[in-house]
Amino acid sequence: MISAFFIFNQKGEVLISRLYRTDFKRSIADVFRIQVVSNSDVRSPIITLGSTSFFHVRVNNLYVVAVTKNNANAALVFEFCYRFISIAKSYFGKVDEESVKNNFVLIYELIDEINDFGYPQNSEIDTLKTYITTESIVSSAIAVEESSKITSQATGTTSWRRADVKYKKNEAFVDVVETVNLSMSAKGTVLRADVDGHIQMRAYLSGTPECKFGLNDKLVIDKGGGGGGGGGGGDAVELDDCRFHQCVRLNEFDSTRTISFIPPDGEFELMKYRSTSNVKLPLRIIPTVTEVGTTQVTYIVTVKANFNNKLSATSVVLRIPTPLNTTTVDCKVPNGKAKYVPAENVVVWKIPRLQGGQEITFGATADLTSTTHRQVWARPPIDVDFQVLMFTASGLIVRFLKVFEKSSYHSIKWVRYLTKASGTYQIRF
Amino acid sequence: MSIRGPRKGENYELSVDLNSEYRDKRKDAIKRTIASMTVGKDVSGLFPDVLKNMQTDDLEQKKLVYLYLMNYAKTQPELVILAVNTFVKDTDDPNPLVRALAIRTMGCLRAEKIIDYLCDPLQKCLRDENPYVRKTAALCVAKLYDLKPELVIDNGFLEQLQEMISDSNPMVVANTIAALTDIHIAATSQPSTSSSDPGVFVITAAILNKLLIALNECSEWGRVAILNALARYVAADDKESEHICERVVPQFQHVNGSVVLAAVKVIMIHMRGVRREDLIKQLVKKMAPPLVTLLSSPPEVQWVALRNINLLLQKRPDILSNEMRVFFCKYNDPLYVKVEKLDIMVRLASETNVDAHLSELKEYASEVDVDFVRKSIKAIGQTAVKIESAAERCVNVLLELIATRVSYVVQEAVVVMKDIFRRYPSTYEGVIPTLCSNLEELDEPEAKASLIWIIGEYANKIDNADELLGIFVDSFTEESYAVQLQTLTAVVKLFLQKPDSSQGIVQRVLNTATKDCDSPDVRDRAYIYWRLLSTDPGAAKAVVLALRPPISLPQTTVSPALLEELLGEISSLASVYHKPSETFVGRGRVGVDIVQKKGMDLTDERFSTQKALQTVAAGQQAENLLDFDDAPSPDGQPSGLAATEVLSTTPAAANLLAGTSSNPLDDLVSIFGGMGGSGMSGGGVNGIPSAVAGSGPTVASPVQAQQPQDDLLGLF
Repeated sequence: MISAFFIFNQKGEVLISRLYRTDFKRSIADVFRIQVVSNSDVRSPIITLGSTSFFHVRVNNLYVVAVTKNNANAALVFEFCYRFISIAKSYFGKVDEESVKNNFVLIYELIDEINDFGYPQNSEIDTLKTYITTESIVSSAIAVEESSKITSQATGTTSWRRADVKYKKNEAFVDVVETVNLSMSAKGTVLRADVDGHIQMRAYLSGTPECKFGLNDKLVIDKGGGGGGGGGGGDAVELDDCRFHQCVRLNEFDSTRTISFIPPDGEFELMKYRSTSNVKLPLRIIPTVTEVGTTQVTYIVTVKANFNNKLSATSVVLRIPTPLNTTTVDCKVPNGKAKYVPAENVVVWKIPRLQGGQEITFGATADLTSTTHRQVWARPPIDVDFQVLMFTASGLIVRFLKVFEKSSYHSIKWVRYLTKASGTYQIRF
Repeated sequence: MSIRGPRKGENYELSVDLNSEYRDKRKDAIKRTIASMTVGKDVSGLFPDVLKNMQTDDLEQKKLVYLYLMNYAKTQPELVILAVNTFVKDTDDPNPLVRALAIRTMGCLRAEKIIDYLCDPLQKCLRDENPYVRKTAALCVAKLYDLKPELVIDNGFLEQLQEMISDSNPMVVANTIAALTDIHIAATSQPSTSSSDPGVFVITAAILNKLLIALNECSEWGRVAILNALARYVAADDKESEHICERVVPQFQHVNGSVVLAAVKVIMIHMRGVRREDLIKQLVKKMAPPLVTLLSSPPEVQWVALRNINLLLQKRPDILSNEMRVFFCKYNDPLYVKVEKLDIMVRLASETNVDAHLSELKEYASEVDVDFVRKSIKAIGQTAVKIESAAERCVNVLLELIATRVSYVVQEAVVVMKDIFRRYPSTYEGVIPTLCSNLEELDEPEAKASLIWIIGEYANKIDNADELLGIFVDSFTEESYAVQLQTLTAVVKLFLQKPDSSQGIVQRVLNTATKDCDSPDVRDRAYIYWRLLSTDPGAAKAVVLALRPPISLPQTTVSPALLEELLGEISSLASVYHKPSETFVGRGRVGVDIVQKKGMDLTDERFSTQKALQTVAAGQQAENLLDFDDAPSPDGQPSGLAATEVLSTTPAAANLLAGTSSNPLDDLVSIFGGMGGSGMSGGGVNGIPSAVAGSGPTVASPVQAQQPQDDLLGLF
């Protein structure tokens, strides 16, 4: 269990402090400041001193810290810290020193609600928002029945949903978002390519809808034969692992691999999955980097869009590393803008749009100052960020989303696909 | 009334505003008071003023006042009494949120005076019709127990909690379990209770079924609490173990990483009772994908997962055999994640994937962080030791790295080469000239010692061995002890192999070591060599040049008993540190008797001794540096003198324990008797601290406890 919870700013000043248990005094915060904030060489997210353990997570310029005094469940503590961060984000947008200072009353309310005596309690954002709001509630203003409803929802078997949701138009939006992880060696062989996907859903459905969700999951399609119809068993994807929002019935998935659930109202993450086989890499990067003597490095980097020419990649950003002793870089690009950023030792090449099938090449020469003792350049990998709409690197397709409800209303479903990379698509050279 | 401060200053202004006739002004003042409290200013003087604002319809304001009360109730116990009325009234409020808030806060006040008023409302709230109130009240019982256990027992709250396990609401069940577990831990950790006492919360078969049902319905955090309780259950037979495993497996698909790890823990525990081989296989197979998925979590969660995967691999090395690539380090991974990944990569390396593995390691060896580079090079050595068919490729990679001439790379590579020589004696002698040519660049003791060991070992094949060793003999007194010991041994080896040309140097080194050296270890070793050489050169040869058993990469870094214990605590701090929890909780001091008592339960005596030793050694290191609790401890915790007493007895006890399992002196005798090598394990041969054997507590603690004997052993 968590004995205390703190938020520190970068200087180590306490912004929020809440002691859940009595084994500590507030002065414990000073210990953290000395040991972690003012220590430049912290090499672990958990610091244990005597029997006191500090778990910290950094977000923007803040430290979110949980303190324990027993053999605590480390995974739970970190998950809790991250849950707090996502709740805070959802409540006031950005989590930084300013927003924490402006919302400290709300934060105290929240951390008291999601944790009692060190044990995490219901932390479903949608439910919390029904009774902890930014405007103050006067208890007489909300009817007693209302809060009875809230409380039974917060503790019930479907703690994530109110029973009396009503919409004129019943809609569900499904976003399939895939992050591609790539490591490519200097020789151009793929060291690692896999996809972390998550399916984000926004459900605006009345009543208590029972949903069934179907993917082109290889295991299902192989088992069901022609069950799903539509054909194309050859396009099935192999999912290495799936993880679900707590609304999904895990037992059913375990026995028959059907995904059935009663969705929370509004936005939530339905599932996460991972796929490693047949990953389609949307961008192919071919770098040629030559060190000319000790004074110059020349770059030729080709980017090829490897997908249907009806689609396009947007916000493509390549970060091409340069040696530490670079003075100037002369870049030539046919498309987008390239700029040398000395502070980070990279050339940032931004391409706003890249059509499928297109191929463009970047050429540059970096001039180096001569140094007396020249260390070998470590050659960090080229990092590529991008987004491709209506494309999934894993090949995953949503086959159906069925909604059953007592009143059997008609519902409209929308599906979007997005494949992206941010800091995970790395090419060595 | 408390003494009022001067009629000016911040607190005075706040006090005026708290008593304002305007609602908004009062509320704003409360907020400002809380803000001051947060930054650490003392606003306890405002207690009566804040208290006046407690009775309100504004829920937010009420919460703020409660927050203030929780902070200062301890310092103003007399005034808290004034709040009792409002609290008790609030527990009767028609609004369940208000009822729950009141009972939650009362439990946190921790003032003696208010406790007595807590029992009646708590009794009522435990039976409340609203589940939200009940789940809050359940935890309140744990709070009360923490404060005054007698009250909980006298009022029958424990029995009530037991009944609440059957509650219709899963969240209430989960919190009840959490509360009972909390009380159970508090009760069993009391020094007065014996280990045979079953404790407050025994999980019976009837409870088991209720838990398994609630598991699928409650919130993610509740699932963790229930899974933790399931982990404590002792299954009656293999049928029951199977049943539990089958019911828990679906939790692997939960999005919350702590639920997944808690499920892994339960499976690892109850799998021990499963006899059906096919089920075990199936369970292990199902465990792999969720473990890999944890690697897409935020870095901190990843790290916890990696540390646990490391443990799981020690028990079941085949679990992730096809998944090495996901453990490849990303350039922007935090260092702590990278280091763990590296360790796991070595564990997963096999003949089929070793090429990819080596090219990764080579890549890492050119990165910027010195620590990580060193660890990567070490990993290359470990791979060579582990996979014989890949050893040559590893050596080639090392040679390429040595060619970079980056100082720390070269030094680490030399250390690693020594291990490769120890694993594959007289195989890669062609490398020796390259190593020797880097002699001048070495400035770290370990690298120096390693190179000296290599020179001594292959003295008859290196033409200028006497010349090279001469350099170190000249600077003998300036070197560190590790280097001195190695130089001494190497020169004696040289002399035994080439007696004609090295008479002078051996005399010189023995003279210096016995006369000018201030380390007793070095002097002792020199004396023994001297005596051996002067009485019976044949015996000296048999001892100093004896064949040593090749080293190997241990599959586990902790003892088998500890491994089992840690696997039962997956995802906890103990499993992250790979240390028993006694070493860092309970104020960091471990009594030997407790450790021994714990050891009794374990069937294998050897295991228990090992574990006891580790615990004692680690406990000493973890000795509380900071006693955070500056209030006088209620039951007179041992501190100061008492603590020293415990400590002073531990090394002796450790020695005693070690003596029962394997007396080092016996080994020494047996070696002299001609059964050379049988008493020696991989680590510490010739006094070189083995890098390959791992630097975990296994190696460290026994060595610490019996330093002198070990040095005798080091001779061979």
